[in-house]
Amino acid sequence: MEIIVCIKQVPDTTEVKIDPEKGTLMREGVPSIVNPFDKNAVEAALQLRDEKGGKVTVITMGPPQAVDALRECLAMGADEAVLLSDRAFASSDTWATSYTLAMAIEKIGNYDLILCGKQAIDGDTAQVGPGIAEHIGLPQVTYVQKIRETNDDGLVVERAIEGGYEVLTVGLPAMIAVEKSINEPRFPTMMGTMKAHKKEVPTWGAAEIEADEDKLGMNGSPTRVKRIFAPERKSQGEMIEGDDENQVCTLLVEKLLDKKVI
Amino acid sequence: TEVKVDVDIKDYRGVWVFIEQRDKHIAGVALELVSEGRKLADELGVELAGVVLGEDVEDLAKDVFAYGADKVYLVDGPVFKDYRTDPYTDVIVDMINEYKPEIVLFGATNNGRDFAARIAVRVHAGLTADCTELSIDPETRELWQTRPAFGGNIMATIICPQHRPQMATVRPKVMKKAEPDYNKTGEIVRVQSDVKEEDISTKIQEIVEHAVKTLNLAEADIIVSGGRGIGGPENYHLIEELANALNGAAGASRAAVDAGWVPHYRQVGQTGKTVAPKIYVACGISGAIQHLAGMQTSDVIIAINKDPEAPIFKVATYGIVGDLHKVVPILTKKFQELKEAN
Ligand SMILES: Cc1cc2nc3c(=O)[nH]c(=O)nc-3n(C[C@H](O)[C@H](O)[C@H](O)COP(=O)(O)OP(=O)(O)OC[C@H]3O[C@@H](n4cnc5c(N)ncnc54)[C@H](O)[C@@H]3O)c2cc1C
Ligand SMILES: Cc1cc2nc3c(=O)[nH]c(=O)nc-3n(C[C@H](O)[C@H](O)[C@H](O)COP(=O)(O)OP(=O)(O)OC[C@H]3O[C@@H](n4cnc5c(N)ncnc54)[C@H](O)[C@@H]3O)c2cc1C
Repeated sequence: MEIIVCIKQVPDTTEVKIDPEKGTLMREGVPSIVNPFDKNAVEAALQLRDEKGGKVTVITMGPPQAVDALRECLAMGADEAVLLSDRAFASSDTWATSYTLAMAIEKIGNYDLILCGKQAIDGDTAQVGPGIAEHIGLPQVTYVQKIRETNDDGLVVERAIEGGYEVLTVGLPAMIAVEKSINEPRFPTMMGTMKAHKKEVPTWGAAEIEADEDKLGMNGSPTRVKRIFAPERKSQGEMIEGDDENQVCTLLVEKLLDKKVI
Repeated sequence: TEVKVDVDIKDYRGVWVFIEQRDKHIAGVALELVSEGRKLADELGVELAGVVLGEDVEDLAKDVFAYGADKVYLVDGPVFKDYRTDPYTDVIVDMINEYKPEIVLFGATNNGRDFAARIAVRVHAGLTADCTELSIDPETRELWQTRPAFGGNIMATIICPQHRPQMATVRPKVMKKAEPDYNKTGEIVRVQSDVKEEDISTKIQEIVEHAVKTLNLAEADIIVSGGRGIGGPENYHLIEELANALNGAAGASRAAVDAGWVPHYRQVGQTGKTVAPKIYVACGISGAIQHLAGMQTSDVIIAINKDPEAPIFKVATYGIVGDLHKVVPILTKKFQELKEAN
């Protein structure tokens, strides 16, 4: 099975802050990681490959240093990697990001399955996977928590929905976006890490993927970020104290009744 | 650089809300959005419509009218019984191209996010994810869409100046439901579709509801969550019992999920569910930023933790320092008594 996995390098969001004066993001010194859900997508791809044969290619769109994220996935066991990097890709929203990734996937060609993470932990939109599927014209299944089997008709998967899950069959090629619970990503081995560092990782720009300039970066993005600001923090709350647990609980219940919360 | 304008934005008028339903039961967030959509439509001086897709779902129109819609677009047929990306997208895209709404809102549920992302690409519209606030700029008639990003560490306001419709998914429980008025009615527009079952490559074999019959997190007004502080899977029943006494749902931190004590679908936080109930009770949860990202917009937060320095107390409305194994059963008993008294 030929599989392409889309991975994103993201800041470890625990440490991203807003510059209170300028209202811009302060990313300096914030460590970058492979988007956690995308490691699950890589793991799912490796398991399918190990079972069915074929090849796993990881791709990312990002600045030159995003190659580190690709190498981490190569170290986990992916076979090939492609970096999509070009000034023309800057400021892409999910429309333009998914277009760029779709064009790269079309250039790679010959694939049975596209895998994405459920969402990126920085942008948090979960829109890029479906966007890729739409640009290419593939069926999609999002929020996949389990791949039950592969058969002649395609895949049988479990898709999480509120309060339960659905069992779906989907024909291939298709785009699948995976949940965290689908698997436990493997750690890179020493051998894998060494091999990953020797591997050639090509960089493709707008020309290589034969993209329409009007659909890239800012030009191709219908959304505009008007402003960025820090969320309001709740004012300091109230600690409820008393002689024993029973009294504390009584006080809490009274407060909730008083404020008509219950 | 100015963007090439695809469409004449003045041709687009009206506000639409996608009415998500399962088994003819409307998702709570859809009615919250009808209520919110009413306000936006009034500000713009335009019509508000609900879009209902399903099999045998005409009856749902009365709820949509009761919450404030002027019109319901109804797509009814066996192909639409359960949500599937392809048939749903095909019809809605045709409808958008024909009727040209300026705003289309979806609940940020798994189906809503799946669906909206696909439509936005096909009609070349902007889509703002997971909004917590919507407003209209009176001068430009633009929709200002505010949303958290970076795991809740920042807020961003997003606009789509040159594309239509302006599309957004909105988190459940953020917008308030209006008082329904069942005397209100409106126009039902039946939309014909030629989508055929043979052309759809995804098939649903079955829909499985989680065995434990508690409310699902997104719909719950009250959520009680347990973290590593519960000490082991054998104690999670304390959390479930308090949730039951409050008619709420039971959630968990990632530490409790990763330890294998609680199934993943109960996880609240950045890599779990984002919730905003009226009351969130955090028991034995330290309050890591990734947990807060999923619950800090709740109206009232109650934290129970034995460590007075736990960061969860910084976001808590009410904090109790104590051993949850003692506090939680007492609270359960008190709420149970209240429930029985009413
Ligand atoms: C504060 C802020 C708010 C934003 N809000 C919006 C918004 O509401 N709507 C909008 O359209 N854009 C928005 N954007 C832009 C958006 O973050 C970017 O377009 C980003 O490139 C992709 O979106 P995401 O991070 O949400 O990814 P998601 O759609 O959440 O990612 C899903 C999956 O797609 C794949 N993927 C995503 N990005 C890449 C990549 N670069 N390379 C390879 N694979 C990838 C991964 O498998 C990932 O798991 C916002 C940006 C900022 C800074
Ligand atoms: C990329 C990423 C994504 C993540 N996503 C999520 C997510 O979605 N959701 C999430 O929750 N976490 C997430 N995490 C993990 C998060 O960082 C924390 O590790 C996790 O939330 C800790 O869970 P906890 O509070 O239950 O455990 P701990 O941090 O171990 O806290 C346990 C708390 O219980 C208290 N306690 C112990 N015994 C008792 C007792 N008897 N009575 C009362 N209190 C007691 C302790 O004082 C302590 O405060 C993520 C992390 C990363 C890196």
